[in-house]
Amino acid sequence: MTKKGTETLVGLFVLLGMAGLVFLSLKAANLASFGSRDSYTVTAKFDNIGGLKARSPVRSAGVTVGRVTSITLDSKSFQGLVTMELERGVQFPRDSSAKILTSGLLGDQYIGIEPGYEEKHLAPGDNIAQTQSAVVLENLIGQFLFNKAAEGPAAAPPQAAAPAPGARK
Amino acid sequence: MNALALLGARTLGMLRSLGHSAFFFGDMVRAVPASLRRFDLVVTQIHAVGNLSLLIILASGMAVGFVLALQMYYALVTYGATESLGLIVNLSLVRELGPVVAALLFAGRAGTSLTAEIGLMKAGEQIAAMEMMAVDTKSRVLAPRFIGGVVSMPLLAILFSAVGILGAYVVAVLLLGVDAGNFWSIMQSKVDVWRDVGNGVLKSIVFGVICTAVALYQGYETEATPEGVAYATTRTVVISSLSVLCMDFVLTALMFSTG
Repeated sequence: MTKKGTETLVGLFVLLGMAGLVFLSLKAANLASFGSRDSYTVTAKFDNIGGLKARSPVRSAGVTVGRVTSITLDSKSFQGLVTMELERGVQFPRDSSAKILTSGLLGDQYIGIEPGYEEKHLAPGDNIAQTQSAVVLENLIGQFLFNKAAEGPAAAPPQAAAPAPGARK
Repeated sequence: MNALALLGARTLGMLRSLGHSAFFFGDMVRAVPASLRRFDLVVTQIHAVGNLSLLIILASGMAVGFVLALQMYYALVTYGATESLGLIVNLSLVRELGPVVAALLFAGRAGTSLTAEIGLMKAGEQIAAMEMMAVDTKSRVLAPRFIGGVVSMPLLAILFSAVGILGAYVVAVLLLGVDAGNFWSIMQSKVDVWRDVGNGVLKSIVFGVICTAVALYQGYETEATPEGVAYATTRTVVISSLSVLCMDFVLTALMFSTG
């Protein structure tokens, strides 16, 4: 092989390696299932976003209709401000509600949109007013224990009643 | 008494060869700047060691990615956690399998050819002829090959991991129906560029040094006979593979033990 040919091939090899490194570093971050062309953006505020992440799916009736693009903390209301892209072809009524749900018991979290009944549709940039936060297991357990305790010592076994026997309803 | 003397002789012999290889390594590294001035030699070696290993590395990376995705899927589907497939494949490739398997393949594909080439140069007395003409064999023959190996190895390991992840993507997303967004998003949120990718690259550089140095030493110190070259080639594979595996454990313990 000529010297020039070898040099070209080596250059190609090094370039390929660099491309591999860029791919590994960015993890194909450019993979956009929904381009900005055929999608519109809506926002929603949640008291607790749980384990939701950027690029998590947005589903309605279990069908993926969009992606979460960014999650920030709203500094005024101290709520999680979730921005999501929805497919242009899918229009939701303006009084639709958004919930943070979990796929499976331990699976990843996603946003579920439940359509409302209003005639007008969500426009690009609109905010979904009705939201339901992610279920935090600790809060749930705490609530359960509290209720159990509130039922009184007669209903619950003595150990479970120990924390707050005379708790108010 | 005889057994005691044998033990002593063995120990001394081992220490002597260890010191000999350390001096050899030192001489070779010292010859690196001189050989960098003749860069065309290095380019030729990168081609021989890197470019020509590319096919087997890419094919193996793809196969490992395929198989990893399939096996992990069957384990994860029980728990409904198939979204984590991408993360598991990514971490195991970038942290461990990429550098280690690429290094093992590298030892088999490139290390043996280096040993055989230099061993035959020695058997054919080309090395001796060069030294008679006052050509520095360390900077003319060994150092370019050493640089070629050390430069190629990280690139090959990176490509191994990248192709493996793409292979896992093909199986997981296109065949098994894992959500593509989750596949990538969990990776992006959990894999750290410096901690995971950076340490993987660091590992592969260390493995590149080990594999190339072992191959060159075995070739250079071979007995100048056909059996000697055959024996040296075999030893290259055995020693580099074992050192890579041992070193991998040490590096993993150092890099990933905390948290």
